[in-house]
Amino acid sequence: MSERLQHDEQAHPGVGTYLTVAGVLTVITLVEVGVFYVPAFQGLLAPVLLTLSAVKFVLVVGFYMHLKTDHHLFRVIFAVPLLIAMAVMVALLFLFGVIAL
Amino acid sequence: MTHAEATHHTSTGLDSRKIGMWAFIGSECLLFGSLISTYLVYQGKSVAGPTTHEILNIPLTSVSTFVLLMSSLAMVLALAAVTRGDTLWTRVWLATTALLGLIFLGFQAYEFTTFVHEGLTLQTNLFGSTFFVLTGTHGAHVAVGVLWLLSLLVRSFQGKLGAEKALNVELAGLYWHFVDVVWIVIFTVVYLLQ
Repeated sequence: MSERLQHDEQAHPGVGTYLTVAGVLTVITLVEVGVFYVPAFQGLLAPVLLTLSAVKFVLVVGFYMHLKTDHHLFRVIFAVPLLIAMAVMVALLFLFGVIAL
Repeated sequence: MTHAEATHHTSTGLDSRKIGMWAFIGSECLLFGSLISTYLVYQGKSVAGPTTHEILNIPLTSVSTFVLLMSSLAMVLALAAVTRGDTLWTRVWLATTALLGLIFLGFQAYEFTTFVHEGLTLQTNLFGSTFFVLTGTHGAHVAVGVLWLLSLLVRSFQGKLGAEKALNVELAGLYWHFVDVVWIVIFTVVYLLQ
């Protein structure tokens, strides 16, 4: 293994970090379901749920898929198609009038 | 470095299999992005029932979501175990991940069966078509992941999954976690944002 590989692919998080992330994911999921059933939150449902979902997404990708510590090239290979997919989604939703300015 | 190991590395110094897996996951973002977009575009446009409000079971799906999240935890624990050369716990966590994946599929089979009994099929309306294609495609990915995990378990029992093969577990883990993050999005967009 080259020195560069050893430098760029840092050690993965420990078991303690994995358990902490699992705990946070569980709490966020409980909050998501709770928010869904609370009438007072109905007006803010979309932004709150999308934000919580994005946090869960980042936690899994960052810690469980190790993008936080792995080589930056993996981040680029993942992020570029993800951003294209998100752009296509937004464009389609505008095109079909699901969302509007 | 042996010749076999050298053939897997690129000029970047990174393993070509891991680069390939990330490229595959990137392409899967486009696949699921298109399926989720299609679901959203046709959401609320069904001219006949049943519709989302009438049929989706949030408590049941919340439990299956929790099961899939915990399977991701079991997967990283399997990777941690194989990295430190702990064969017993590698097997335990791989088996746990596969079992949780099967439980998730069981929930999905129950949900699909219930929907069909309540009159929602692939041909019933736009909601049925887009819902079954989206969640069915995701379920197929989970099924492939379970088979992959079971194959790793078999390799472990054959004594061919030591610490030097940890990358094989990491690649399966990348796929499994991606399936998990796709479900995180589906759970929010399809089930909670009705």
